[in-house]
Amino acid sequence: PQGRLLCGPGLRRSGAGLLVTKCGLLRHRPAGGGAYWVDSQQKRYVPVKGDHVIGIVTAKAGDVFRLDVGGSEPASLSYLAFEGATKRNRPNVQVGDLVYGQFVVANKDMEPEMVCIDSSGRSSGMGLIGQDGFLFKVSLGLIRKLLAPKCEIIQELSQLYPFELVLGMNGRIWVKAKTVQQTLIIVNILEACEYMTAEQRKQALAKLSGN
Amino acid sequence: DTSVLAGLYGPAEAKISKELPDRAALEVLLRPKVGLPGVLERSREQLLRQTCEAVVLGVLHPRTAITLVLQVLSDAGSLLSCCLNAACMALLDAGLPLAALFCGVTCALQPDGTILLDPTARQEQEARAILTFAIASSERKVLMANTKGSCSVEEMQQCLAAAQRAADAVFQFYRDSVRRRYSKS
Repeated sequence: PQGRLLCGPGLRRSGAGLLVTKCGLLRHRPAGGGAYWVDSQQKRYVPVKGDHVIGIVTAKAGDVFRLDVGGSEPASLSYLAFEGATKRNRPNVQVGDLVYGQFVVANKDMEPEMVCIDSSGRSSGMGLIGQDGFLFKVSLGLIRKLLAPKCEIIQELSQLYPFELVLGMNGRIWVKAKTVQQTLIIVNILEACEYMTAEQRKQALAKLSGN
Repeated sequence: DTSVLAGLYGPAEAKISKELPDRAALEVLLRPKVGLPGVLERSREQLLRQTCEAVVLGVLHPRTAITLVLQVLSDAGSLLSCCLNAACMALLDAGLPLAALFCGVTCALQPDGTILLDPTARQEQEARAILTFAIASSERKVLMANTKGSCSVEEMQQCLAAAQRAADAVFQFYRDSVRRRYSKS
């Protein structure tokens, strides 16, 4: 095929040809010159620039926070990288808090760095995640499925109970509903969604909403 | 039947004494079914480690550690090639970037000259020589060859040819397992 070809995750250029490095389904998007990538399942996260992730604060070292994002190294987050933060007005972040942010530097050679503001300086949903709620880990493939536009799982769940949901590309999901029992039910459904087909899921939700 | 349980952890944070500046540090731990690991397990760990390092693209994850733990559940012959196959499936399942797949095939050379593939423990004891090959999926190249016993050069070439043919069946098994896994989601 002639023209420009974009290699996505799972493909590498080697010499004149392409090398497939991961196992999975090969996908193709014809828009914008054609892009190929491999959809693979994995549980371990590798930091990528621009990904929105949930991190757990593990240490405060001077002006930066160290966050555990589930990769091979802890990421760093400067205290000035929050909306409306100045040197006098520090954000109230303690060790053990959850933070939702995006990577501004993430390559294999350097320590990953995160920020909680986007390029225009507004937070757009990022920042410190509130108290309560439940954080759990799923595989990366399920997160990508949930983040697709018009995801059925989230629409069906929202008809069950009202809840708050934060999805991190590193496989972490934070859920908060009105009571602890409702939160745990949503957690169990999301974890089981990976292996259930659509009919099984509809049956499980119908049983729960009938209760 | 010989069965080995494989678990892969990585790329994770490495100890400063063990990290390599330009590639991932691969570590293999082989635990036998009974007893403590001895010299035989250590030598097999090194063989597996060198085979895996040849296929894993470690340059994509410098200063990290990749740990592969293998637990022998039952041993009925051809243990080393079973460990090789388990290691390759663990690498596939974890989603680590690989340059090629590999599989392990064992050949037993009997006293009368016939070649037996994947021998049982009984056949291994009666054989004159046991050869284990790790064969890569790209053009069936040989990644590792381990010999126990003595054989001539022609016999080794014949065993190698038979192993390369048998490798096709193993790669087809990998393909079927992966297809089954991805068809569920």
